[in-house]
Order: sequence, then C-alpha cells, then structure tokens
Amino acid sequence: MSLVESFRIAMRALFANKVRSLLTMLGVIIGVSAVILLVAIGTGVQGQVTGAVQGLGSNVLFVFPGKINTGGGGSGFAGASGRPFSLSDARYLQQRLTGVDAVVPMSQGSATAKYQSKSVQPTLMGTTDEGRLVSSATLGGGRFFNRSENDAAARVAVIGYTVKTQLFPNVANPVGLTMTISGQRFTVIGWYEKRGGGIGGDQDNQISMPIGALQRITTTDRVAIILVKVTDAAEVDFVRAQITRFLEPRFGDQVTVFSQDQTLGIFNTLLGTLTIMLAGIAGISLLVGGIGIMNIMLVSVSERTREIGIRKAVGARTYDILSQFVIEAMMLSVLGGIIGILVGAGGALALSSVVPTKITPWAVAIAFFFSAGVGMFFGVYPAWKASGLDPIEALRHE
Amino acid sequence: MTAEPSIPVRIDGGEEEAIAGPASARPVSSRAVLELRDVTKAYVLEGVVVHALCGVTLDVNEGEMLSIMGPSGSGKSTLMHIIGLLDHPTSGTVGVEGEDVVGMSANQLAAVRNKRIGFVFQSFNLLARTGALANVELPLVYAGLGAAERSRRAREALEGVDLGDRLRHTPSQLSGGQQQRVAIARALVTSPSIVLADEPTGNLDSRSGIEVMALLQRLNAAGITVVVVTHDANVARHGQRIVELRDGKVVRDALVTDRLFASDELVQLGMNTAAGADAVGAKAGGPA
Repeated sequence: MSLVESFRIAMRALFANKVRSLLTMLGVIIGVSAVILLVAIGTGVQGQVTGAVQGLGSNVLFVFPGKINTGGGGSGFAGASGRPFSLSDARYLQQRLTGVDAVVPMSQGSATAKYQSKSVQPTLMGTTDEGRLVSSATLGGGRFFNRSENDAAARVAVIGYTVKTQLFPNVANPVGLTMTISGQRFTVIGWYEKRGGGIGGDQDNQISMPIGALQRITTTDRVAIILVKVTDAAEVDFVRAQITRFLEPRFGDQVTVFSQDQTLGIFNTLLGTLTIMLAGIAGISLLVGGIGIMNIMLVSVSERTREIGIRKAVGARTYDILSQFVIEAMMLSVLGGIIGILVGAGGALALSSVVPTKITPWAVAIAFFFSAGVGMFFGVYPAWKASGLDPIEALRHE
Repeated sequence: MTAEPSIPVRIDGGEEEAIAGPASARPVSSRAVLELRDVTKAYVLEGVVVHALCGVTLDVNEGEMLSIMGPSGSGKSTLMHIIGLLDHPTSGTVGVEGEDVVGMSANQLAAVRNKRIGFVFQSFNLLARTGALANVELPLVYAGLGAAERSRRAREALEGVDLGDRLRHTPSQLSGGQQQRVAIARALVTSPSIVLADEPTGNLDSRSGIEVMALLQRLNAAGITVVVVTHDANVARHGQRIVELRDGKVVRDALVTDRLFASDELVQLGMNTAAGADAVGAKAGGPA
C-alpha cells in the first residue's frame, strides 16, 4: 500500500470523527501556540533591550553599583546588591574623569501621565541634560532639556512617540502643552520620532525628564546606573580603570563597569535563559497534547478492532496497519501544529502593541517538527498494538 | 427426485424436487486448489487444552462448490480459519495451489489471502461509513493497484452482483442482502482462486439468503471454486459435495445427490409468495 493511500485512509478516519479529532488536536494547538507566543515575547524583549543598549553607541561604559559576576555563565544581576549610587557619585566622577564626553546618571520609574481625558502608563527616564549624548532617539520637534532646567529639576518632559500619539492625538506639535505625571504638572518641551527596527513599541512609550524631577516622583535619591561616554573608543580601558580607581574609596570593589559588549552579553544570557525556560514550560503542554493523541489513538484502535480484522483478512500486512495508524496520529499532531503556529503567530501580532514580540522562524520550525515528532512517538504504540492484532480475534470483536 | 439424501438434511415441505440443472453436469476438475493433510488444531482455553481439529484431511478441487457442515463446536469455524489462512494449524500441512503455506509469515499469508482467497462473512464485515465502491476496492488497495484501475475493477465487480447503481451507498444505506452482495463483490475483485463463505445466509431473510446462494452458484458455474461453511443442511445442499465435521473430525464426505438450485427456488418462491405461502420461510433464515 502506498503512502498516499495511507494518507487518504487517515484523512477519512479523522473526518469521520470531526469533533473528536479537533479536541485531540487542541492539546497540540495549545502547546505549539504557547511555544511560539512565549518565544516571540522572549525574543522581542531581548531585541528591545539589545536595541536600547546598542543605541547608546559602542564607546559607552555602564557603571552599576554592586559586584556583578559575569564569569561561569552565572545569571548576572542576582549578585548585584551593593550600596546604590546617588547623584553626588555621578558629579564626583564627572569632576575627576578625563577623556570622557559625558557622565550621565540614569534612573527609571513608571507613573500615569494625563492630558485632559487621556492617560498613558509610560516608562519615566530620569537623566541629565547630557542624556541626549547617550541616547539613540531623534527629536521630532522641540528640544531636550538644558543644564539649568536639569540643575533646577524643572518639571519639563521630552515625550516618546507613543506618548505623543496617545496623549495628544490631534496635536501636531504638543510643545508647550502641560500634562500631569503622577499628579505633578509637566510642560512638554520636545518629542521623539518613532524608533524603527521592529523592536516593539515600548521604547516609544517613554518620557525623559531631569533626574531630579524623576526622583521627586519616585521619592528616592537612588541612581540606577551611571553611563560614561568615552571620547575616543581606544581609551575605553583607560577610562574604565579610572572609574574603578575613583569609586574605590566610596564603594570598595562593589562597583561593576561594563562595556556595551559585556552588557549585551549579560542581557542576552539572562533573557535567553528566560526564553528557553518559557519555551520549556510550553513544551510540556505539547507533551501533554501528545499524550492526549496517544489516548485517543488507543481508543480508536479498540473501537476499530473489527475494521483492522477486515483489513487484515483482505490482505493488509502488519506494516499497512502500522503505517495507517501512525500516519493518522501524525496528521492529528501536524494539523494541530499548523493551527497552533497560526494561533501563536496571530497572538504574537495581537500582543505586539502591549509587549514587544518577534516571531522567530526557528521557534516555528522547532514547534512544528516537535509536534510532528510527538504525533509519531505517541502514535507508534497504539499503531503497534493495532498491527499486532490477531485477525480472527479482531473479526470476532463487537 | 432422489428418495434418500446422502446425508441427513432437514427438508421443508415440497422442497427437494429442485435438483439436476445443467450446472450439476459440469465436470469438476480433479486438481486440488486446496490440500489439507492431517491438520490438527489445539488451543488452550482457561487452562484446558481444546482439540478443535483432530486430523482433518481434505481436498478442495478446482471449480467445485463444497459445503462444510457441522454443528456448533464441531470445529468448522476453526477449519474455515485455517482454509482462509487466518490461522495456523498445530500440525499437518495446508497447500494452496500446490504451495505449502504452513511455514509462511503473517505478511506472506496476508499476500496469499489478498491474491487467492475471497472472504464472505456471516456479518458481511464491510467497513462502516464507507461506500460500496471503496469497500470493494479495499483488497486492491493492499494489492498495490492504482486508483483508476481499482475503481474500474471494483465497479465491474459491483455490476457483476447487480449493484452497479449503488456505488456510493454506505452499508447502513443498503439492505442485508445488498451488503452481502457487496461483500461477495469484494471477495471476487482480486480474481481469487477460491471464495470462502462463512454462514453467508446467516444474517439474511430467506429471500435474500436464496439470492446470495444463487449468486454463489452463478460464480461457481463461471468456474470459481466456492467453499460454504454452514450449520444449515439446506444451505449446504446448494453445493456439489458436503463435508460434515463432528468433534474435529470429518465424519462424512459425499457428493450431493439432491442438490438445490437457488435460481429455481427463487422462481418457486415468487409463485408461493403470490399464493400467500412462504414455504421456505424457515430455511435460509433459520437459527443463526
């Protein structure tokens, strides 16, 4: 019997029990779509972080408080628990470092921004007037805040593209308008162009402001990170040594200085692990789906014992019966896989306005072949059982 | 016309005169299609050894219509399974067209069944929810034929059993008699050397039963070897020879002297029905 014939028989059997086939496939559909969706989210977030770090330029050093261990593939930030930086640490470095363009303290927060009846939940980026030197964003209109506004911790804001379109949908240039952030009145002084690169919408859902103004909202004087922009890329190591030396009296060895590559490496390791973990959890549901297929195939074999007897009596060989049932199980899982890919990809697209998502071909390929493999693996036992039936017993079966 | 039947048969009123048609005069070749030599079959059932067959030696000659008869438990089902290559004998030899099949693997046996043996079962054994044409095509699928050739041959076979207008009908849309005719078409479609019918009339009303016997006799007249296994003496009398089994042994092997011809019965049945009598009512539809 040819494979085409096996496919035709399997197709007919699946269509004879449409609801059952669909419910059986549901397990695989959920598993495959979960794998694709979760990997898409993981990859999307990773891409966003990578893009954000890369956007800062190759000669930027990242200074973190605490000792971060990068060796041995450990998961990085878990060990970062040193005393936090404050603005005075940034000023201290700025006064002493040579060969640098800027020393920029940065902090993040989140709050509700409102304008008239509209509101958004952006990420607040607190930085200094030199923050524009370590940012990849391009101003679409207005200006960045200046030194005097920074020093005065003025309530001025440069808004991201998403914030602009959602808070001020009908305003071409919102410069000069006043919105409230966490109840405090802020004046819009500039706005950013949409950032490209398919990294996702999150980078555009940001508001930049003087770090002092942010600290007033978050009621803390902590600084999350200090960015140091080195003038000459060849002097990165020299500057790094300076930073370590200058901060030693204050922090001992509880300071970590990363170059862009190291920072990327850390984030990639961390988020890569997270993505694999998510995919693994989703993979378990795929396994459960596979067991569902085996269950239904076993029911199907015992239900169709007589049919198997008839087929054997008229000349079906062991292999014919085996391939018929394996192909049936595989079709269940492959069809479920295809539907799962569509559902997962659709879900990833639908979620892309909330979370950055990126559908990766390898995740699609792995999910598909894994689901086909699941069908094959879990189909073999029922099929083997069917093919080993004694034709006389099978024919007598009611 | 014969006063004394060669074997004890139950005779319904006024039935035995239907004999001696042209077909009975057709010579039967002495070449054996099927040779069983000292076949035994024993199996263990709940710890007790049951001897279903105790040394059966039997030849089925080419072109003959043989009835295997016996009460329930006589071993006729086991014999039928061995003749149909669905079961291995415990000892003895089974030859199909001169080829010993006892040592064959399950797959080799499947191929022999596919090519040389056609099965007709009491309960039809058609695939449910599957059209008549697809059911008849089934053996050809396993013979490896292409779709067009399968369809052509299956259509011919169905036309041969007067079901050319029921190709798409599923078993549930067909009467019992029609289903059995589909089963016969399926048995014939590979042009087997032998058609094996196991209680072919057992699940049918008397008229459909006679129609099925008529069909089997017609096939036999066309040269196909037919073996009918039955407990029913009147069904057995449609054959040329009756082998009677009892307790796993052949107790009688004799030519039928008062053979029944289903085509005659149908004519008579038509007349009787018209007269309001159902003379053969208890016959073909007898106890299953």
